[in-house]
Amino acid sequence: MTINPDLKYSKSHEWVRMDGDVAVVGISDFAQDALGDLVFVNLPQVGDEVTAGEAFGDVESVKAVSDLMSPVTGTVAEINEELLDAPENLNNDPYGAWIIKVENVTDTEELLDPAAYEAHCAAEA
Amino acid sequence: MGSYVPSTREQRQEMLEAVGLKSFKDLYRDVPESMYLDRPLDLPEGKSELEVSRVLNAMARRNRVYDAILRGAGAYDHYIPSIVKYIPAKEEFLTAYTPYQAEMSQGVLQSIFEYQTEICELTGMDVSNASVYDGATAAAEAAAMARDRKRRVTLVSGAAHPDVINTIRTYAYGTNDEVKIVPAKDGKTDMDALRAMLSPEVSAVYVQQPNFFGLFEEAEAMAAPVHEAGALYILGVNPIALGIMKTPRDMGADIAVGEGQPLGLPLGFGGPYLGFMATTAKLMRKLPGRIVGETTDDAGNRAYVLSLQAREQHIRREKAGSNICSNEALCALTAGVYLAAMGPEGLKEAAEASMAKAHYLCRELIKLPGVKLRYEGPFFHEFLLDMPKAEEVLAALDEKNILGGLPYEGGVLWCATEKVAKETLDAVVAIVKGVLA
Amino acid sequence: MKLIFEKSVPGRRCAILPACDVEKVALPAGLKRETAPLLPEMSETDVSRHYTELNQHVHGVNCGFYPLGSCTMKYNPRIDEEMAALPGFASVHPLAPRAAVAGCEEVLDTARKYLCEITGMDDMTFQPAAGAHGEFTGVLLIKQYHDSRNDKARTKIIVPDSAHGTNPATAAMCGYQVVNIPSAPDGCVDLAALKAVLGEDTAGLMLTNPNTVGIFDENILEITRLVHEAGGLCYYDGANLNAVMGVVRPGDMGFDCVHLNLHKTFATPHGGGGPGAGAVGCKAFLAPFLPHSALMEEAGHVQVRGFRGNFLVVVRALAYLLTLGREGIPEAARNAVLNANYLMAKIKGTFAPAFDRICMHEFVLDLSEYKKATGVSALDVAKSLIDYGMHPPTMYFPLIVHEALMLEPTETESKETLDWAAEVFRALYELGYKDPAFMHAAPHNAQIGRPDEVKAARNPIVRYTKA
Repeated sequence: MTINPDLKYSKSHEWVRMDGDVAVVGISDFAQDALGDLVFVNLPQVGDEVTAGEAFGDVESVKAVSDLMSPVTGTVAEINEELLDAPENLNNDPYGAWIIKVENVTDTEELLDPAAYEAHCAAEA
Repeated sequence: MGSYVPSTREQRQEMLEAVGLKSFKDLYRDVPESMYLDRPLDLPEGKSELEVSRVLNAMARRNRVYDAILRGAGAYDHYIPSIVKYIPAKEEFLTAYTPYQAEMSQGVLQSIFEYQTEICELTGMDVSNASVYDGATAAAEAAAMARDRKRRVTLVSGAAHPDVINTIRTYAYGTNDEVKIVPAKDGKTDMDALRAMLSPEVSAVYVQQPNFFGLFEEAEAMAAPVHEAGALYILGVNPIALGIMKTPRDMGADIAVGEGQPLGLPLGFGGPYLGFMATTAKLMRKLPGRIVGETTDDAGNRAYVLSLQAREQHIRREKAGSNICSNEALCALTAGVYLAAMGPEGLKEAAEASMAKAHYLCRELIKLPGVKLRYEGPFFHEFLLDMPKAEEVLAALDEKNILGGLPYEGGVLWCATEKVAKETLDAVVAIVKGVLA
Repeated sequence: MKLIFEKSVPGRRCAILPACDVEKVALPAGLKRETAPLLPEMSETDVSRHYTELNQHVHGVNCGFYPLGSCTMKYNPRIDEEMAALPGFASVHPLAPRAAVAGCEEVLDTARKYLCEITGMDDMTFQPAAGAHGEFTGVLLIKQYHDSRNDKARTKIIVPDSAHGTNPATAAMCGYQVVNIPSAPDGCVDLAALKAVLGEDTAGLMLTNPNTVGIFDENILEITRLVHEAGGLCYYDGANLNAVMGVVRPGDMGFDCVHLNLHKTFATPHGGGGPGAGAVGCKAFLAPFLPHSALMEEAGHVQVRGFRGNFLVVVRALAYLLTLGREGIPEAARNAVLNANYLMAKIKGTFAPAFDRICMHEFVLDLSEYKKATGVSALDVAKSLIDYGMHPPTMYFPLIVHEALMLEPTETESKETLDWAAEVFRALYELGYKDPAFMHAAPHNAQIGRPDEVKAARNPIVRYTKA
């Protein structure tokens, strides 16, 4: 289970990094492993409002659906459309395959640094 | 008493002992005494097979079996090829459950895949589901599919089938959404009214083609304003007409739905019928109901499987777009057999003959005194006539064991299919002539 | 197996219709179909053989044991089929005049009367076409009831976490928020959890009894009383009625409306996934809210599908009701329960039951410990059963049991079949310890091996396309 040292993590296994004022969001290696082979990603639309702690989309595996929780409050600036054709990118490259980019960030969830996140994953497992 | 329980009294005792119990009542020891039914059901005693046959045959005899049916309005008396009755009666097709275990259900899964393909071909769409309950629910599910967070209003043509309108309304009532009826003018959707009613809140517009009165709508012309307003266009179509009529895809529809009963299903006093739903690739993941997909097994063999299940209720639960769990599998199989028996030429013939016979009947009837076609315009196989003494006309036909058109809004809605012979149509005209003389 | 399109030969056809005996009429130019649809072009022999080939790869109740929990795969009597095919039923137009359909009305009235007696309800509709459709109708009754009283506060439907996925989906279709309550350790409703969520915003409760783990909830009267006290209504999911018909009535348990699966409890065939019929019964105070056809009956009511429902399915159910009658109905239920308990007792010592107590018509096996010990999952066991000619039980449901297999033998299975089934489970239980790899790769003797479902979902191919 890899944990990227340059990112922050939410308790629900999303990662965030700031590119200037824009928050980039994805899911961790722990998450993609638990979800199994992903077959589809339901993305929001550019311009949609997202709220910290609430679902902004979901991912589907063959037998299950899981919400994606937004770690920040703001407006969706970009969505990773590649995921629509290749959801497996989330499995193969969870830290490279970002899901959404959020601008006008007004609020952030309580985020964990890599060490705290590692402990959190160990406790959950 | 009839029973399908094979175990003998001795075996039942043995089994109770194996479970460690003395009597059947012990099995229900969790049931509070006050609730345990301590009296026999108020039902007649069970019957032998012969007796059941007598009782139900007697009920069936209290129904009229007409020699000719000239009434449509959502249920059509088409000729059903003989082979169509035999195949769905095969015990395996008849009694199997939903094909959740793909390895032992390739026969069902493949038959659905074939049906899906045929619906796509008929409608011009990219993806079809495995069917839904009937044309009315298909329309309601399509309307639901089209709604999103911002757009919730559905516009429904007032020239659609009353049961379809009412079903769309009911489903919208369920989700607290609004349905507005676009008024009909001269028997067709009023396009000016439609344009006036389009707004950024409208998610979809539903139009029936041909409509309830049998008329062809200017469906293609409506696509542009609907799309300009940002709404989806849903067309409810007759599958026999699709043998000769432009596809809903080519008319600009985003979703095509309809009643599949004409494809080999008996009238059956209203059911079971068959709802088909087909849409573009873009909307595939919003389509409710089962979908069969093609894949391979680990040895590389082609295999069919229930797919995209993450759309459905057993996975999404309250986040599913619909609660639909089953389809009308055996009816979809029946439709597949019908289409195979008829082929593209046969379907074309059925459509052309239905249209031709309806026009013939119409032409001959409007020659009679006082009989008028209420709405002008091209029609498929149904037409609404204003006629004097409508009740007597229908009674006279009934006496000759012919079911005439449907009395509707002061007129009579007639239908003819390829099944009715010219002689019968001539006889009908003669009878009507006799009444109106 | 080739697809029907791959067997098609251009120009081949059956001769079904005569030449048109009246003058043809052309469609207006703008309405003409532009390309012919790709439909099979075959002779009748081809059609017959193609579907025979498909039919050989379908497992029907006629093929062997089919213990699918919650589906009630009982024998489908042939007399029911014959009656539904009578021209006096099959060829009747739904809009024929009343005088011409007295027999159809009699079928519906009689079936309604019998089913109301069995369920303890006062009125019934046959309009819903399936169980989930019946659920929708039942919850619509609840919604209309509260709307008629102008009670806008009732926004929530309570559903146990053991419920079938259709229950919360149905509540959402009726605009309700779903409140999931956790089950008690014995699989039944946790009364404390229920009390905690009841209030003025409770529209109703959706429940099945016996529940989805096959246990009769002995607190049922208290449960329905609590919901009524809070001002809500109680809806009964009739999927498990086969355990209790003629023995206990949902109406006596305190339910206000019920749905029935005619294609489960009342022996109408499943058809590979439909058509069924989801009859909905209700107490008299809800009868004004039942659905009706605007065209066939009268406007001003809710309506869930065209006309009055799957009439020919009701004919089949009526034939079954007439056959079983007063004594046959409870006899079927009692033997369904006996068969399930017997099979559970015979399997004892191998796979563990999730709840080690008397069950109703179905029981759940919990393979989570077995999986830890052998690595063999419920899925592997299910797939291995296919090689024995047994249809696997329901897998991974209900969600409250992990590695679940739910078995419902039904009353129409013989003791010999149950003995054999127990032997098969015993053999597989032992095989899991000896050769788990073999079970991971099952089935070995089926037409195909395990299909790649990930590939199917990632790259959907949902129709045939000619190359």
